[in-house]
Amino acid sequence: MSKTINRRDIDFLLFEVFGVDRLCERDYFAAHDRQVFNLMLDTAERLAAGHFLGCAAGGDRNMAEVIDGRVRLVPQAKFAMDEMIDAGFVAASLDNEYGGLQMPVAVANACMAIFQSANIGLCGLPLLTIGVANLINACGSAEQKSVFIPRLLNGSCYGTMCLSEPHAGSSLTDIRTRAELVDGINYRITGSKMWITGGEHELSENIVHMVLAKIPGGPAGVKGISLFIVPRYRVDAEGSVGESNDVSLAGLNHKMGQRISPNCALNFGENNNCIGQLVGEQHRGLEYMFHMMNEARIAVGLAAVSAGYAGYMYSLGYARERTQGRLPQDKNPANRMVPIIRHADVKRMLLAQKSYVEGGLALCLFASSLVDEEKTHPDESARRQAHLLLDVLIPVVKAWPSEWCLEANKHAIQILGGYGYTQEYPVERLYRDNRLNMIHEGTNGIHGIDLLGRKVVMHNGAGFELVMGEIARSVETARAHKELSEYASGLNRARKTVVDTTAVLTAAAASGNVAGFMANSSLYLDMFGHLVIAWIWLKQAIVAQRALSGAHESDRPFYEGKLRACQYYFHWELPKITAQAELLSSLDASCLEMPEEAF
Amino acid sequence: MKILVPIKRVVDANVRVRVKSDRSGVELANLKMAMNPFCEIAMEEAVRQQEAGTVKEIVAVTVGGAQCQDILRTALAMGADRAILVETDVEAQPLGVAKVLRAVADREKPEVIILGKQAIDDDNNQTGQMLAALLGWAQGTFASKLEFAGGGLRVTREVDGGLETLMLKLPAIVTTDLRLNEPRYVKLPNIMKAKKKPLDVIKAADLGVDLTSRLKVLKVEEPPARGGGIKVASVQELVHRLRNERKVI
Repeated sequence: MSKTINRRDIDFLLFEVFGVDRLCERDYFAAHDRQVFNLMLDTAERLAAGHFLGCAAGGDRNMAEVIDGRVRLVPQAKFAMDEMIDAGFVAASLDNEYGGLQMPVAVANACMAIFQSANIGLCGLPLLTIGVANLINACGSAEQKSVFIPRLLNGSCYGTMCLSEPHAGSSLTDIRTRAELVDGINYRITGSKMWITGGEHELSENIVHMVLAKIPGGPAGVKGISLFIVPRYRVDAEGSVGESNDVSLAGLNHKMGQRISPNCALNFGENNNCIGQLVGEQHRGLEYMFHMMNEARIAVGLAAVSAGYAGYMYSLGYARERTQGRLPQDKNPANRMVPIIRHADVKRMLLAQKSYVEGGLALCLFASSLVDEEKTHPDESARRQAHLLLDVLIPVVKAWPSEWCLEANKHAIQILGGYGYTQEYPVERLYRDNRLNMIHEGTNGIHGIDLLGRKVVMHNGAGFELVMGEIARSVETARAHKELSEYASGLNRARKTVVDTTAVLTAAAASGNVAGFMANSSLYLDMFGHLVIAWIWLKQAIVAQRALSGAHESDRPFYEGKLRACQYYFHWELPKITAQAELLSSLDASCLEMPEEAF
Repeated sequence: MKILVPIKRVVDANVRVRVKSDRSGVELANLKMAMNPFCEIAMEEAVRQQEAGTVKEIVAVTVGGAQCQDILRTALAMGADRAILVETDVEAQPLGVAKVLRAVADREKPEVIILGKQAIDDDNNQTGQMLAALLGWAQGTFASKLEFAGGGLRVTREVDGGLETLMLKLPAIVTTDLRLNEPRYVKLPNIMKAKKKPLDVIKAADLGVDLTSRLKVLKVEEPPARGGGIKVASVQELVHRLRNERKVI
């Protein structure tokens, strides 16, 4: 039984809110049923509570390092990873054809959240491996698929994503890694890559790097980027491992958190002897990379949720046991101290965490279920709609949890007070682990630009209108319950506020003020995110309200907790967007026009 | 060789249970249920014997409502070849379960039956022994080691003060203790395979077994809350109190 995430909440979201078990009616998922999902979640809980949680603190204190020229992790990391792979969690959502198990992404991600809540740092390795398998599956040749995917799924290969370079992180246009044609699909790769999680280690027989590089003579900018498979050790047509492929470790980055896993600077072709295979066609690398970007970004959002959730669970347990002070109305020092969970201000910090982490988890599992819909819904227009909805929501799925579940970790530390600030308790580590999520897989700033500059305006605003339409539908559903009418009205007002603000911003863009339109995109992302999470909370509240009257006595506190957290979110969080909307609509130029020299 | 593994569905070991307000039993509604941990050990042992090549078929069996299919599915995912649910709405007690298992054993004719030594819900520790008596088979209870040898079964038992090793003639009953093995977790591909393995449902009534309760629960209570300790001034006082007040020495 997981102590780092609430299984009851996962079951509620998967089966009561999003009805994931209904997917089993589709041919693609016909091998599964609710019982299969239950057992899978049980196994995830069991493994996560074992080696994963077991090496979370030790892996933080004994970070990955280079010993005798080899990257070493704490030894338990290998046991944990082997168990996870052996149990089938890396292969879970991939197609049967290459050794996958064709699980719904929503269920596979829920399992991953259980692992992530136990050890977010270690989970970077399987997530990248799954991402690489997905990428090759989507864009690779038949031979590349059959050579690499089964090995990625059975643990003989791990995967990495090599996009950033020391001088070019968010700015992929400016990468310098080169790929020169040798013969057929083989290219000679030279260049340096930075921030490569799992770039080198001895956990697997081989490592598959997915490398972005430019082919000389190609178009300038992002249109000249191609994608290559670059194994650490060369492989033959059967996938057998051979000689070294001239990929060398330039060094490890010494990180603030997620220290159990190695993050590397890699040099490709120091001896001009590094060979990569082109994936797909030349110059389409970035486009291919975006095929798996949505799922990778859900994984980052989920990681942020999971670290936040673990902090919430820990501080909740602590608040129930730690006694301190007496209630304001009790002036008698001879009376016993009360558990701190009875103090209103501690309840505030717990409710804030609950509303962030449960809201974030619901959003990430909803996004995961959209991946299942876009992949397997029998109706083509429904598939397109799921894809569009997911595209618009993705910046929120990545950025909102990484911002607000980090805030949850802050509250968790606060509840433990001085103890929370020490290494004897896990909450400070969770905060450090979680801090990465605002940065990687596109910084939150980049996602603000993506949301406002691309997603909101694409297809003449069709995606934006789709989200607003879905929100309006939930508002209508909620109106049927008088207990929820306050939230229905509140969400509807907030929706109009966001629609109006968006209209002001897009009008500014249309009139040529592009700089003004984009200047406050981070704020826009936060406002939009707060609206989306309010919607997700209302979705949960509708289900909880319906279930409450028929619920067994022992299950009532769960549903009541959902409704109370919804209330907290609508009273404390949603109003924030009014001030944000006002600032955005004024096209405030405080940041944009600040002269550099005035800092 | 065929092994029969009877298993029981109990409240999950990690769940904190509460006594019902009318003290008639323990509140089970909505709680997470799972295979009894000692039964998991029994399943694991059967699977290990099969992996070692000594066993051809493993049949898991349980007695209870339709909801018990979930633990049979777990047993199938762990490695059982097929499963039997003996369905009844009656809350079966050890003697009733032992009678059902005898009827199943008569049909299945296993050489060995491995059971958990007790279930964590009622802690009876009776079913295996009763079944051995009903069948007239040899029994090796509280097993911490199991080997097939010389056409029989060598069982190392955990007894007060040490270990006892017995040679049993087949057919035989074994009940498992905690240290026999560490059960495996179920893997995803095996969970999926389990869905395709046969799971037969037999009505308890069709076996002609009378499951009527012979025991009546009078009341169930929480353990008494622990009282505060006291400090004593001297060893003499401690001994005096232990002898005269607590009457433990």
